[in-house]
Amino acid sequence: MTGIAEPGVVAECEATGVMRQGATSAARDAGIAILLALALFGSLVGLRTDPANGGLAVTVHLAKAAGLAAAVAAVRFLFDVLIWRPLDGGRTLAFTARLSARAKLPAIIAALAIGAALYAKGGLRTSLIEWASGQSWLAGTLTDLLTFACIAAFLAILAMAAARALRLFLALLSKDPVGKVPEVLTDKFGREFPAALLAIAVLLPFLIAGPQQRYAVDTATQILIYIMLGWGLNVVVGLAGLLDLGYVAFYAVGAYTYALISTELGWSFWVCLPLAGLFAALWGMTLGFPVLRLRGDYLAIVTLAFGEIIRIVLINWQSFTGGPNGINRIPRPTFFGLPFERSANPSFHSFFGLDYNPAYRIIFLYYVILGLALLTNFATLRLRRAPIGRAWEALREDEIACRSLGINTVATKLSAFAIGGMFGGFAGAFFSARQGFISPESFTFTESALVLAIVVLGGLGSQLGVVIAAVVLVGGAERFRELQDYRMLIFGLSMVAVMIWRPRGLMAGRTPSAFLHEARTISGSFVKEGRG
Amino acid sequence: MEYFSQQLINGLTLGSIYGLIAIGYTMVYGIVGMINFAHGEVFMIGAFIALIAILSLFAASITFVPLALLIALIVSMALTAAWGWSIERIAYRPLRSSFRLAPLITAIGVSITLQNFVQLSQGARSKPLPPLIRGGYALTENNGFVVSLSYVQILIMATTVVLMTVFSLIIGRTALGRAQRACEQDRKMAALCGVNVDRTISLTFVIGAALAAVAGLMFLAYYGVIDFYVGFVAGIKAFTAAVLGGIGSLPGAMLGGLVIGLIEVFWAGYFTAQYKDVAAFSILAIVLIFLPSGLLGRPEVEKV
Repeated sequence: MTGIAEPGVVAECEATGVMRQGATSAARDAGIAILLALALFGSLVGLRTDPANGGLAVTVHLAKAAGLAAAVAAVRFLFDVLIWRPLDGGRTLAFTARLSARAKLPAIIAALAIGAALYAKGGLRTSLIEWASGQSWLAGTLTDLLTFACIAAFLAILAMAAARALRLFLALLSKDPVGKVPEVLTDKFGREFPAALLAIAVLLPFLIAGPQQRYAVDTATQILIYIMLGWGLNVVVGLAGLLDLGYVAFYAVGAYTYALISTELGWSFWVCLPLAGLFAALWGMTLGFPVLRLRGDYLAIVTLAFGEIIRIVLINWQSFTGGPNGINRIPRPTFFGLPFERSANPSFHSFFGLDYNPAYRIIFLYYVILGLALLTNFATLRLRRAPIGRAWEALREDEIACRSLGINTVATKLSAFAIGGMFGGFAGAFFSARQGFISPESFTFTESALVLAIVVLGGLGSQLGVVIAAVVLVGGAERFRELQDYRMLIFGLSMVAVMIWRPRGLMAGRTPSAFLHEARTISGSFVKEGRG
Repeated sequence: MEYFSQQLINGLTLGSIYGLIAIGYTMVYGIVGMINFAHGEVFMIGAFIALIAILSLFAASITFVPLALLIALIVSMALTAAWGWSIERIAYRPLRSSFRLAPLITAIGVSITLQNFVQLSQGARSKPLPPLIRGGYALTENNGFVVSLSYVQILIMATTVVLMTVFSLIIGRTALGRAQRACEQDRKMAALCGVNVDRTISLTFVIGAALAAVAGLMFLAYYGVIDFYVGFVAGIKAFTAAVLGGIGSLPGAMLGGLVIGLIEVFWAGYFTAQYKDVAAFSILAIVLIFLPSGLLGRPEVEKV
């Protein structure tokens, strides 16, 4: 009887034993990590080869390598003791979970307040960079980002509230206000979020004035090009499940179609735009035919090869494409025949009796790409409900079942390539019209990888996910332009990190397009890939 | 005829390098079923470590070239293998049970990261190395055209043959090879029979990276210049080679490598050098249209 200890004491002893064990194993793991990191970085970081008097010489940077290795070991140790094998009994984890659960409302209120204050003060109107330039670089960027996040949250919440108010108003006017009003009031804001984003996108050029306007609208145009490319690729990869690693080929075909036709024949942008889409779609069919029998990764490598072939041909067919020098002096799009140049007559500003302002052209281009992107989105959403969209999703989930049910897989695959390619072609035509200059350098594999990353990180098949991923990746890359050298390194690392953190992408929920009674959002892991 | 034989020799040399890289792709694909997009970058890292090792050895006044090459080879193989292991552990293992595209995206991420990491740590300029091994045999001479077989080429081909033999023996005769083949056929069943699947997959990455390091050293010795971007093109070519030979098949990878090397060299020799990549990719597309599982791959059985 005396040999048996109280159960509570046993548990405590075991707990301390486990903790001690945990601490030693965490220290051991950190030790292994530091050794491994030294092996990895010792040669590549510690010994740098530099050109010196005709040959190469090695300079030693041991401190750098050791510092990197120590940082790796520290990160590993912290992860070990806080998350993987929590030594504090998971208290830190629970604390952060509680904090994130309770902090939502205060955070929203704080964002609203700060955003309103900044906006009222004209925070975005005066140059943010100027405002933050007094501080050190990192602090400057952080305050910059925080300011931006606060104002964006403020605007989003404002727009969402406005949309909700509109819905309430409509519900009050409807035949059955007693039934509808509570429904609208208790609804979650999930539906208003895209509407709010759209409202901000439409109003963007007017929300910002002053020297920041040009930069902000330019960045937004850049982001919208990638959103459009992402939505186009989403048709091929997200809906039809055909892995395309050479999407940039369609982009290139569209861009060169417009550039060549406009410079050689002098046709207008608005005539060339459908042509660019047509040619890109034709290229999609040409690509589609030989790869019809291939599946999965074979398809991936052939599309990659086609993308490279296009680029090599563009570089080497000098007489036609201008080779590595590209094509310049591509005409800009006009507003119903009215150009935006200062000297043209009649021009946009003289026709409307305005003073000349270069911002008009930038804002006009922004609305053109916004319209094109929205067209892509609208067409995709409609197609998803049409038989062809259903066929794409069925093809993605099970090709054999598809064939057994009598779906024409050849037509289904080709139409996916053609339609996805067409949107890429539109984006390409816009790109060359905006830049005024194109060269094969804009159409490398990195571009394809970036678009694919946007689609997959956003959540395959999710239209909203593409928007969020494009804003984060392209906007983030744009914001960190001063960091040039480290930009792509951070980009690659964050791609890996986000994928491990959320393998199904940022928007991991999926709403089936075919359902029995009502559509309910399910986890992305229930479907093979994509949305459906 | 002389021109032809010279191109043949050059093509076989280049093909050997591609073949060694392609083995890494094909082995990983066979076992894990993913395209290890970062493998080209692993090859580039192997070449860089070899370059650093050779330069450090010269700086430490070990100037006997065969010894320096041997040490550089061993160091490069060991450290590149560590890179291969770490990449698998960090970026691929957590996603092994996820959907098909997830590891592909991390692989692209790893590839971008490694390229920029080396660009940052070693500088963006290309690194020229004076030829380590000079000279060779003149095989035939006709009308002033000499068909030469340089010592570097002999070394590359001989090393490839030796490595391929050793490698086939490992796959065919050892416990590790048996475990690898078991994992390739059915990972779950292999685990039930007591095969340590995680360890086997790690070792596959380690072996692939070590072979890529050998290819990196060969590339360095043959061309005498490398930069941080060299892995991308070589990686795509090697992957093309692996697909051409039938992905998952080891002799196929070697054969595919040789075919791609020969096509490239002959196209550049007889037609235009600019379009040699187009030729390689077009051959790949044509072969895949008529033989969807590659030259030596097993035809895919559709399971319903």
